[in-house]
Amino acid sequence: MNEINVINLNSIGLKENIFNSLLELLRRTSTELTKDVTDILYKAYDDEVEGSEAKYAMKIIKDNLELAKSKSAPICQDTGTVLIYVNHPVGFPQREFMNIAKEVVIRATELGYLRQNSVNSINQKNAGNNIGLGHPSFHFEEHEHVNENEKNKIEIRIMLKGGGCENVGMQHSLPNITIKANRDLDGVKRAIIDVVAQAQGKGCSPGVLGVCIGGDRSSGQLESKHQLLRKLDDHNEDPILDKLEKEVVAIANKLEIGPMGFGGKTTLLSCKIGHLNRLPASFFVTVAYMCWVHRRQGIELDKDLKIKSWLY
Amino acid sequence: MSDNNNNNNNNNDNNKTTLRLNYPYTKEAVKNLKAGDMVLISGKLFTGRDAVHKHLHDTQISPVNLFNQIIYHCGPVVLQNPQTKKYEVKAAGPTTSIREEPYQWEIMRDHGIVGVIGKGGMGPKTLDGLIKYGCVYFHAIGGAAQVLAEKIVSVDNVYLMELGSPEAMWELSVVDFPVVVTMDSHGYSLHEIIKRKCDQHLKQLLDHN
Repeated sequence: MNEINVINLNSIGLKENIFNSLLELLRRTSTELTKDVTDILYKAYDDEVEGSEAKYAMKIIKDNLELAKSKSAPICQDTGTVLIYVNHPVGFPQREFMNIAKEVVIRATELGYLRQNSVNSINQKNAGNNIGLGHPSFHFEEHEHVNENEKNKIEIRIMLKGGGCENVGMQHSLPNITIKANRDLDGVKRAIIDVVAQAQGKGCSPGVLGVCIGGDRSSGQLESKHQLLRKLDDHNEDPILDKLEKEVVAIANKLEIGPMGFGGKTTLLSCKIGHLNRLPASFFVTVAYMCWVHRRQGIELDKDLKIKSWLY
Repeated sequence: MSDNNNNNNNNNDNNKTTLRLNYPYTKEAVKNLKAGDMVLISGKLFTGRDAVHKHLHDTQISPVNLFNQIIYHCGPVVLQNPQTKKYEVKAAGPTTSIREEPYQWEIMRDHGIVGVIGKGGMGPKTLDGLIKYGCVYFHAIGGAAQVLAEKIVSVDNVYLMELGSPEAMWELSVVDFPVVVTMDSHGYSLHEIIKRKCDQHLKQLLDHN
């Protein structure tokens, strides 16, 4: 059996390094969108008709991206739920990592990269530091390394998802007579399009969809968000889902909902679909709606836990 | 629109002209605005989100005269400069308006506001109020917190600070604040028009293949 390399995150140099790496990751996630997202947003700007409400909205969106980046300030004041995804080797100290990550979130709030955005659901108090039950939201996965080089690889991704778009996400249970959705791929397509149609501009369109077909209610929700980590210009390995993803985007962009629901050509920037096994009795289609401020970024750490490379 | 005061229309060779609404606002000026109009607002805005609306509903008393003013659904990030003690707005995008649906029409009736800025549109009670009390709903660009904060040139006052900074009523001066009229005082709602068109497309796209 291979030797397990246990990392002690509390050793002096390492703790400082991972703190700084995470803080920079969080700063960049809040203030800059990744190239795959800006490419498609700029194309959406080009596509809209000169003089239209949609062009007007896309111009402001474009200016806002440039301004936020140059000022190193949050693109949107709703800095959202902080979702942290860690892909780590055997022996990674999850609890120590969570403690350090919470300190980073507190610091990022003080620095204004995050708004005071986490509220106790019973007494409605905002602790003001973004720390509380379930927040930030941690997701760990131990990787199955394929070769010796990748054995100690640590990848960390952060997603910031605001409330406006989170509120328009949905989980459909098929069959659904109202939207004529049966338990087949055509039904899945109808369920996804229904979410786009119901959202109109309220999720701050043009948006990005993460979808999970199947699973139980909770695993479907997790997987739909996980799909949002994919690069927007990638291709689904499954040709059936790849086709479905493109079809959903094509249909959505014929609905003329447009940026902010003002009407226009671009309603949806991208759609990413995954699937999980289901029970014979259940057939869920879960859709996570992400606004145009699609904030997610990632890093790979080096052996000193400094940033080795950016994942997007 | 707006022939009420020194408004020069700003035509960037667009099919559609960007209009201007300048302070002091009047009922006549907003009555000329139509759903779909792109407007640059220059003048005063008063922020008000959930707590302000509830306060105005419960007490029917506003800490400042809102007659012919505009309310902005926004919880800004405001910092106080430690040296000058002046307030500076760091981020100021719109918040979802529909939460104020129960109160908005009353505030039009009782306080005589001429406009509301927010995002996502509002419901039938508000649309009714817009017609009855001569008011318009302006849609700002959700997520554009930096561009919109740059349009705020000064923070002139703050009321109801006891509600907490994001919920307080901030009196702001803006220049060329960009919005789109999505619900006007004649009963037209861009949201309804877009939704109807979307439903027609849906029928065609999904039921004929």
